[in-house]
Amino acid sequence: MVTTTVPTATATVSSSAPVSVKMSARNVNLWYGTKQALFDVNMDVMKHRVTALIGPSGCGKTTFLRCLNRMNDTIGSCRVEGDIRLDGLNIYDPSIDVVQVRARVGMVFQKPNPFPKSIYENVAYGPRIHGLARSKADLDDIVEASLRGAGLWEEVADRLDQPGTSLSGGQQQRLCIARAIAVSPEVILMDEPCSALDPIATAHIEELIDELRKTFTIVIVTHNMQQAARVSQYTAFFHLGKLIEFGPTEEIFTRPLEQMTQDYITGRFG
Amino acid sequence: MLTVLAVLLVASAAFGLARHRALAVANGKPSALHSRPVHHAVYAALLAAGPALALWAVWAVFSPLVLRWIVEASLPPELLAQGPELRRFFMSTVLRLASGLPPTGEVTPDLAAAAAYYSRLSSFGSLAVLVGSVCLALVLARLALSRISLEMRARNAVESWFTTALWISAAISIATTAGIVFSVLFESMRFFQFVPVSEFLFGLQWSPQIALRADQVAGSGAFGAVPLFAGTLLVTVIAMAVAGPIGMLSAIFLSQYASPAFRDVAKPVLEVLAGIPTVVYGFFAALVVAPWVRGFGESLGLDVSSESALAAGVVMGIMIIPFVSSLADDAIMAVPQAMRDGSLALGATRAETISQVLIPAALPGIVAGFLLAISRAIGETMIVVMAAGMAANLTANPLASVTTVTVQIVTLLVGDQEFDSPKTLSAFALGLTLFVVTLGLNVIALYVLQRFREQYE
Repeated sequence: MVTTTVPTATATVSSSAPVSVKMSARNVNLWYGTKQALFDVNMDVMKHRVTALIGPSGCGKTTFLRCLNRMNDTIGSCRVEGDIRLDGLNIYDPSIDVVQVRARVGMVFQKPNPFPKSIYENVAYGPRIHGLARSKADLDDIVEASLRGAGLWEEVADRLDQPGTSLSGGQQQRLCIARAIAVSPEVILMDEPCSALDPIATAHIEELIDELRKTFTIVIVTHNMQQAARVSQYTAFFHLGKLIEFGPTEEIFTRPLEQMTQDYITGRFG
Repeated sequence: MLTVLAVLLVASAAFGLARHRALAVANGKPSALHSRPVHHAVYAALLAAGPALALWAVWAVFSPLVLRWIVEASLPPELLAQGPELRRFFMSTVLRLASGLPPTGEVTPDLAAAAAYYSRLSSFGSLAVLVGSVCLALVLARLALSRISLEMRARNAVESWFTTALWISAAISIATTAGIVFSVLFESMRFFQFVPVSEFLFGLQWSPQIALRADQVAGSGAFGAVPLFAGTLLVTVIAMAVAGPIGMLSAIFLSQYASPAFRDVAKPVLEVLAGIPTVVYGFFAALVVAPWVRGFGESLGLDVSSESALAAGVVMGIMIIPFVSSLADDAIMAVPQAMRDGSLALGATRAETISQVLIPAALPGIVAGFLLAISRAIGETMIVVMAAGMAANLTANPLASVTTVTVQIVTLLVGDQEFDSPKTLSAFALGLTLFVVTLGLNVIALYVLQRFREQYE
């Protein structure tokens, strides 16, 4: 039996800013039908920090990520037990509306998935459905700010009416990030956002993630250990549905407490 | 028949022998052969059977004509001198006698002799073809067997024959289509010699009955097809007003809200609607819906004809629901899950996701479905014949009796007709118009679908 390390909310971080808990998971168990995919996961997501979820394929890191904004609700056979709190509020409480959870916890997917609409409409979609803009000028401002936030404004300012699918892969992914931040979420979940991109586009997104951290809280799933080391302040290592180790990235990568973490990071399996 | 069996027997023998021979040539190492033994076997069988069967087919198709021509020429000159009509009659007696049927006319010794001559020729010819085909098959099978060697490229030959066979099959279907188009086109051109195109396309009066005799009371022979186009349009619009919303909403329900188990049952059941013969819809429309529409209209104080565009349109709408819903459902299901997730992750509700992401993304497929449904509605005949009436009224009132292009084609061609009057020929002109319109709709539908494919690789 692997022991699970439950870190305390006051774990020391190498950053100077004060750290507080944004989201917390307690005893999260998840089943797809009769198959259990997550076992007693306990971890905290720190505000204005990047938390990386790493681990071999099928270890449950994406499943756990999708628990954080209840995207698993769209899978009929999926059942979640336990407690996931956003600013102390249990998002699985029956009184909570899933639509509001997702407005506060946005998501960027593995493959860029812009809607078959114009660049402008892709970004304006979220603010429209949530009624965030009072006028056309308001909406224009939100779209511009979001595209600037995603580092895409300079490249698309003169062709906002072109289809989002006409952009390159890396631009499409930044468009998806702009789309996510346009609804002003508090947390952004990223599911291997660079796995479909080339190294230059990846570097672009990684810089962007560091920038976004000032405004948002970020949880990122990645297969790439170097990426986790580069962009994150906290790292969680999953294996076979269990959280093996969680802590500040520096410590996980330099002196992990678990042998298994050590083996995975040094490439001995996975 | 015997010939075919014999040739097939030779071919199957060639198949077995060639296989055996190929294995023998390979000398225990089948990999040394360029083509596998089965290719050599198929090659031998095809070479044996193909030309022999072609010979038989030529005989089967042309022998009745040739024999008839020979026998007719052999009739005594005094019979031949009685004119072409009687000559045809004599020949039918001869043919009936030769095939052992009771003759239609008086049997004279001359005719009996001709019949015997016909039978002799026919059986001799059949025998000759039997022998000839089998010999041909044997010779070619021998040739194929002698050709078997390590280098022989039997596989390439067999494959090129199959390619040819596939090409011919495709060519037949295309040629048939072209044949239909040209026959309609030529008859229409004959019609347009009687009636100018402009009058046909823009005339407001349709009454195709023409007096055959001077004292007959009949229509004036007006061929303005606008009332028919208007009637067709009216019925189609009513049908789409029923099928569009219902088909679309049921597609959304089936693809987004229904449980997989329900969907698996409901979709085939919905598609059964498309399998009901249209004549059944027709009497449903005429006997159930039309009286109901009339009764309901009269209770509101409206003047409703017993056969109305509304009744026909509503029933036709029900009939084409599966076209709309099935294609729309496929189009919505084809939108990648990533689109759905992307929208839901922004905090959109299911309804917002459907109306603002899924339907716009699936729109080309949905439009194509609508266009196919419309072309089906325009071409539909039985329901309108039974429920919409025959009167060529130029009206937009759905409660009035109207008639459509297809209904007029049916009424123009039913019964004894002379194929040189404008009345009958007008059916071809109507058919051509119908063909052009539905072809146009199908082309647009295909074009729209193609653009759809470009969107997601």
